[in-house]
Amino acid sequence: MNSDATFTGIAAPLLRINVDTDAIIPSREMKRVAKTGLSDGLFANWRYLDAATRKPDPAFLLNQPPFDRSSILLSGRNFGCGSSREHAVWALKEWGIRAIIAPSFGSIFATNCVNNGVLPIRLDEQVIDGMATQVAADPAGNTVTIDLANRSVSQGGSDWTFDIGDREQQMLLRGLSPIAMTLESDERIRAFEQQYLLERPWARL
Amino acid sequence: MTGLTVIDKLWRAHRVMPVSDTSDLLYIDRIFLHERTGSIALQSLASAGYPVRRPKQVFATMDHIVDTMPGRGDRSPVPNGAEFIRATRDSAAEAGITLFDIDDPRQGIVHVISPELGLALPGLTLVCPDSHTGTIGGLGALAWGIGSTEAEHALATQTLIARRPRQMRISFDGNLAPGTGAKDLILHLIGRYGAGGGSGSAIEFSGEAIRQLPVEGRLTLCNMAVEFGAWTGVVAPDDATLEYVDGRDFAPTGADWAAAVEAWRRLHSDEDALFDEEIALDVTSLRPQVSWGTSPQHVTSTDGRVPSPSSATDRAARDSMEKALAYMDLTPGQALSALNINAAFIGSCTNARLSDLRDAAAVLRGNRVAEGVRAICVPGSSAVKRAAEAEGLDAVFREAGFEWREAGCSLCFYAGGEGFSPGDRVVSSTNRNFEGRQGPGTRTHLASPATVAASAVLGHIGSAGDIA
Repeated sequence: MNSDATFTGIAAPLLRINVDTDAIIPSREMKRVAKTGLSDGLFANWRYLDAATRKPDPAFLLNQPPFDRSSILLSGRNFGCGSSREHAVWALKEWGIRAIIAPSFGSIFATNCVNNGVLPIRLDEQVIDGMATQVAADPAGNTVTIDLANRSVSQGGSDWTFDIGDREQQMLLRGLSPIAMTLESDERIRAFEQQYLLERPWARL
Repeated sequence: MTGLTVIDKLWRAHRVMPVSDTSDLLYIDRIFLHERTGSIALQSLASAGYPVRRPKQVFATMDHIVDTMPGRGDRSPVPNGAEFIRATRDSAAEAGITLFDIDDPRQGIVHVISPELGLALPGLTLVCPDSHTGTIGGLGALAWGIGSTEAEHALATQTLIARRPRQMRISFDGNLAPGTGAKDLILHLIGRYGAGGGSGSAIEFSGEAIRQLPVEGRLTLCNMAVEFGAWTGVVAPDDATLEYVDGRDFAPTGADWAAAVEAWRRLHSDEDALFDEEIALDVTSLRPQVSWGTSPQHVTSTDGRVPSPSSATDRAARDSMEKALAYMDLTPGQALSALNINAAFIGSCTNARLSDLRDAAAVLRGNRVAEGVRAICVPGSSAVKRAAEAEGLDAVFREAGFEWREAGCSLCFYAGGEGFSPGDRVVSSTNRNFEGRQGPGTRTHLASPATVAASAVLGHIGSAGDIA
């Protein structure tokens, strides 16, 4: 799944901890056997005063300009904990989020992000708090730039580096399919499997 | 050279090759799918032109959104639920994988049936697009929850890329007091170290209290490792594990069984194995636990009080507590035992196995659910339901005033169909107390099956010891 090498966007500070995937997209919003049509259900419990009539809650940050055009989320630790539903990432991406910056992530969610070209970026809580302060002063002026090739995040005159695995970085930059990448090693998988099952007849079905 | 942990041993046995400095390609023995997301993965894979590589190692069940009312069919309480059910049936048939359909006697919640059928075994790797897949670590398997894209990868290649995890050992020392069990252990752990306390780690649970825990309790413990932020949890197999597995439908037999036992006997952490972090907790005086807020880290004992946000370690934790107090309609200092409840739920992949139903029935026998409390029991699998009925547990539940249902995930989570009502206070044997988890505006308190049963009888939060 492709992700641009660099992009700049408005960052929305949603500084809660343990934002779970039920909150990102409630199960009732997973209405079809599909990966699309999900952005309307994004943060449905927080975004709408009434989820049934879709009346927006003006107090929710992503309903307020200019954050309704955000492409980056700033959040507290353990973002995306809970259910493994990849719909959480599909909904965020469809809505327009391209990167999430948090001190830590739910581990399945972080993998789901990379598999869909959304960047899960881990930075220290103090750094994120500082970025949020800049955003609060001037949301549209103090945009955030993410440079995947150089693994860096910048805002104003400051910049920070983040970790991402080589394989994930290449997959994102080159838009490679994880299955196709793995099947390049198909012979090794076959050889391993044969030996593995030979040594463990009890594991065979 | 230092020794190996049980997690190292599981990992090395399945390592096909390294793919980067931090990650390996691991061989996957078993893949499980369910109707909520399984058909999306199967359809997406088919449209990309990839076949399912080893259909004999792939299984699907109907659990997440099936009706649990008696006399059920394909009708689902969830909007468009029947579409998910039909799509799963069609795509499973097309892919040639085994499906435990709604009317199959082997149907049930995925993490209840995989050990029950002997499809999950010690020493194997098992994945499922469900965050509670770590449950299976209770058998001494390496099992973890994945997303849909990863599920497609596993189906097409019989492998997954996994990051070598940070490893923790958590030792529960001492003996549990009567009336406490696995659910109390895991709630206590998360309450003490936080919902991110095990962030990204593989955790070995060990210690005297774990050795004494029946296998079903170990499944409960590992089920909620993900609520601790862990990648997975593992309990090394022992005699109790072998006894549990022996004779199950798909378990090895004869010479294969002997070879398996020999392999499983080696599956424990060496004396000199090193972990990245070790925690030891004495559980001798542990009391029945219950959650008060909207994160599984918001935990106290049933005789405890609602804490004050001023006790929080930092601003973020304080904000989270304040939000939770408002949502749960609580004030700091309030006794948990003063909270009247509207509903009680026994079910889910955490606590709906036969031993869980026995624990609850022991509390309910000769008692009645309090006036105004709606009480529901949903067995974890069709086999659990039949076994419970064979020993008369259904009669105990019914006579106490519980609904007795067909197997499935049911009211563990609200998916637009059945749910509890806004403002309802529910004591639940499930795993998540997130806002809206069991219904819009519903307030969930997590507890063990025995505590759920006791609270149902009392009409307020309390443990079995509180019933006069």
